[in-house]
This record gives sequence, structure tokens and C-alpha cells, in this order.
Amino acid sequence: MASEKQQEQQEQQEQKESPTQDHTDNAQPKDEVTTKGREIKDNLDQLLDEIDEILEEDSEEFVENYIQRGGE
Amino acid sequence: MVRISSSTDTPIIIGTETEYGISIKNVLEQDPVAASTLVVNVYKDRNLKKITWDYDQESPFVDARGFMSECENQQPNKEENTLINDVLFNGGRYYVDHAHPEYCTPECTNARDVVTYEKAGDLILHLSRIAAEELLPAEQEIIIYKNNTDYKGHSYGGHENYLMSRQVVFDDITKGMIPFFVTRQIITGAGKVGSENGTEPAEFQITQRADFFETEVGLSTMVARPIINTRDEPHADEKYYRRFHVIVGDSNMSEFSIYLKVGITAIALKLIEKGVIGSQFDLVKPVSQNQMVSRDLTCKKNVLLEDGRRLTPIEIQRSYLDLAHKHLQPHEITSVMEDVMTKWEFVLDQLETDPMSLDQHLDWAIKKRIIDAFIERHSLNWSDSRVRMMDLQYHDIRPDKGLYARLKKNGRVHQIVDHAEVVRAITNPPTDTRAFFRGSCLQKFSGDIHSASWNSMVFCTDGSSLDKILMDRPHFGTKEVVGDLLKNCTASELVEAVLSSNANKE
Repeated sequence: MASEKQQEQQEQQEQKESPTQDHTDNAQPKDEVTTKGREIKDNLDQLLDEIDEILEEDSEEFVENYIQRGGE
Repeated sequence: MVRISSSTDTPIIIGTETEYGISIKNVLEQDPVAASTLVVNVYKDRNLKKITWDYDQESPFVDARGFMSECENQQPNKEENTLINDVLFNGGRYYVDHAHPEYCTPECTNARDVVTYEKAGDLILHLSRIAAEELLPAEQEIIIYKNNTDYKGHSYGGHENYLMSRQVVFDDITKGMIPFFVTRQIITGAGKVGSENGTEPAEFQITQRADFFETEVGLSTMVARPIINTRDEPHADEKYYRRFHVIVGDSNMSEFSIYLKVGITAIALKLIEKGVIGSQFDLVKPVSQNQMVSRDLTCKKNVLLEDGRRLTPIEIQRSYLDLAHKHLQPHEITSVMEDVMTKWEFVLDQLETDPMSLDQHLDWAIKKRIIDAFIERHSLNWSDSRVRMMDLQYHDIRPDKGLYARLKKNGRVHQIVDHAEVVRAITNPPTDTRAFFRGSCLQKFSGDIHSASWNSMVFCTDGSSLDKILMDRPHFGTKEVVGDLLKNCTASELVEAVLSSNANKE
């Protein structure tokens, strides 16, 4: 079990490293959520870049001209 | 020979049919019939293509309500037959239907195999597309969409087929399945930007097809489409079986959507065979409520029942699931069915909490999530042509161009089967249905086969006379039963063995 002193030292260390960090009890999970959220967003941004690249260029004309006969 | 003894003994046999949209880029005039014929005809899983489709076994105008529609059953001539039809090594069928290339999976015994074989179909279309493009001028590009609409009022289908006992009264199917289908779309919808066919406007709706369904029950699949289709063409022994032909669903890109679509529907039909659904979910005006459910992205607007109750689509789906837990006996629940029921419950729970949490599972949520992000990035509105293009391109079957394919590549969609299994399924039939017999015969005796259909194989082993083997039991002809025979005999020995065995039974 970590002593109170050790805990205090750790907190001080963290405060030095990131003075603006929120030091509530659930600081760690929040960080994880933020990191995960950022990862998802980066991944989505990358995907949107890909979509910008591959989306048919002449979309207006393409969508208008896409005409099928009913099937079934 | 084992005979079925009661209605609940009917084996589970499922197959799907997908009509693909087709367009050629940089061509002066679109000719979808020629394009479809080119794509289908260029595909070869064997060197020689001369096997025709046996149209004598077809009866698409027999109505399950007990009469015959006065339409002529058209048969193509031999040359056209060969040109527009292909019976595949995997036991499926690949052909030109009106102005679309269509792929039918072989008969499968479970939802997982349906996913594998339907996805194999997408790959077959992709391979065909590449081969066909080589025959066209360099600037022309063939684009194939696995969707159901051109957004201008023309729809093409993604149909499902389920073997059922002939003992089930058709009216029970109608009563039990209309509420099931109206509410099933929250799980099976492929998503659509806008509305069409004179229906109420929508920015985005859950299904591609709801706008096209105008009646409750009927035989037609092309006009005034019915929620319940009455085509009574069992492709099996009609004394024992019917084939329930479902036309109300969307074609799905997501494996998870396909899996649940056919999995939960097969379970609902088992409940109808058991007679436990009845009229308890009868809906008021199901056609308009079908369109309303498609437009409610919360999935929580109440549906009005004939008995006055108001239930959400989620609640109605949960009732079917509860009835399945209550009435299916342990020995009737296969491992795939058990998994389907677990995932069914998971999806209903998620839909209850937040439908968009299923943005890696269900087509409509996957599509909406990515379009929402695109709209936000470029500050667009829903009627922008780029948004409509995204909707269409989600269904593009090309691995490099299709949006669904790119999401899959990026690990953003949930998968049910391995890619390697799908590749194997291009040329290998399922082992546990008559598709095994069909596919294996095609692989081994291609030169001795004259024609084939779902329930027949016609051999010509001496160059002149024809011998027809009827396969009226979809769950017969499995590897277990005919595997050794097929391995060790010639075509004429096979024909002799099967025909003499049938003669003895009679």
C-alpha cells in the first residue's frame, strides 16, 4: 500500500509536469477517455481525408445521371 | 429415406438474391441490359460455359393464396439462356435479371453461411467488373452498387428466401410477419438520404426500400410492392414445403446487418410454424407505419396496434425475441441461432440507449455517422450532391472506392466472417445442403451437364439423351451423404446410381 507521503510526492510530481491538469479522484480514467476520444477523432479525420480523395468528383452530374430500371 | 413428420421438423434453409445497380462511366448512352449481360457473361469459374438454366422447374406466377396469376412464364432461347445465366461452382446462380446483374447465394442452413456466401457474391461481381472493364475502351469505368434505389423512384431488390412447411397457413405468415417486418427495419435498414416515390420528405431515413412499399399483401415485386409477397414457387417438393419469398428488406453491406436480418427472420418464421404469434401484433395501417418507422431515427416513436396498444419498434422486436426464448426448445436452437439471439438482444438494448452507438454494426448507423462527420467538416446540408454521392458510394463494391469497403479496411465496422472464408466460398459450395451436390457436379462433371436449376440437374452423358435428377429436398445431397459417391464415380455412373435409387424408392 502506498504511503500518504509517496502519494503526496507523486501528486507534486504530476503537478510540476502538467500544472493545468485536473487532480480529482478519477483523473486517470478521464485522461484515458480523452486520449481514446482523440484517437477516434484522428482516425475519423483520416477517414474523412480519404473520403475527400475518393468521392466521385463530378458528384452533381453523377448523382443526376445515375438512373436504373426497376428490377425484381 | 427420411420423411419429415411434423411442421416444426422443417429444416432451416435460407438463401438471398441481390440485384446490383450498374452504370458505365464516360459512355454516351447507358444500356444497363448490355452492361449487365457483359458483366455476367465475362465471369467464368470454369473453362466451358454451355450449361443452361432449367426454366421448366420455374413457376413464379403461382400465388400462395391459392390461385394463379395470368402472366406468361417467359423462357429465353438456348443462346440467350447461356448468355444470361451462370450456375456457379459454389452452388449459387449468377444471371441477368431485367436490367441488373443478380447473384443468388446457394442454399444455406444458417445465418453465418448466408453472410459468407452473400459476401462471396460481392467478390464475384467485383471480379466480373474487372474482367468486363478490360473489354471496354480505357476511359470507361463500370460501377456496381449493392443498393436498392437510384433515388429517382426506381428500386431493385435484395430478396430473402426461407424454406417453410407447407402445413403452415399462409394467413398466419401474413399476420405474424407484417409487424415483424415493419419493426425489423430498425436493425436491417441500409440507410438513405432523402425520400422518393411521392412519400413524405426526409433528410435521412433508416431504409432504402420503405418508400416503395404500397400494399400489404400481393404477388407483384415490381409495382405496388407488397410487404408480404405471395409468390408460391417452392423450388422443392410442394407437398411438404413452401418458400417464403421476402422482398421488403434492404440489401446490406454490413455483415452484422445481413447476419441479423436472416437470423432473426428465420427465428420469427419458426415461431409462426409453432403457431405462437397469431394476431397479437396486428398493426393499424402497416404500409404508412412502415414509412414512419423508417423516418424515426430514435426508433422510439410508437407504432399503433389494432388492439389499441402503442409500442415502440424496439418493444415489438423484443416481444418476438422473448417468444423465441419461451417457445424454442433447447434442441431446436443451433449454436448460430443462440448467437443470433444474443446479438439481437444486444442490438435492441443499444437501440434503446442510443441508436448511433451501433455505428460499427448496422448499415444505417454506420452510414449516418460518416455522413454526419462529412457534413460537419464541409458545412453542408443534406441535399448537397456530395452528401447524396456519399450515400450512393457507400454501396460501391470496389474495395478502393466503396465507402463501406474503406470503413472496413480502417477497422471501423464489425465483421462476422473471415475474408479467407469468403474467398473460399466463391468456388466451394456449402457442404450441408443440395448446393453441395449441385456445385460438386459442376466442378467434376461440367462437360456432362446440360442444364441445372435449384431443384434439378440435367445430365447428357452420351451426347444425345438427357437425364434429369430432381432435388426436391433442399437438405439432401449433402457432403455426408453423396461426398464419397461423387468422389469415386463417373457422370454416367452417378446418374445411374441416383436414378435407380429413386426408382427403388417409388
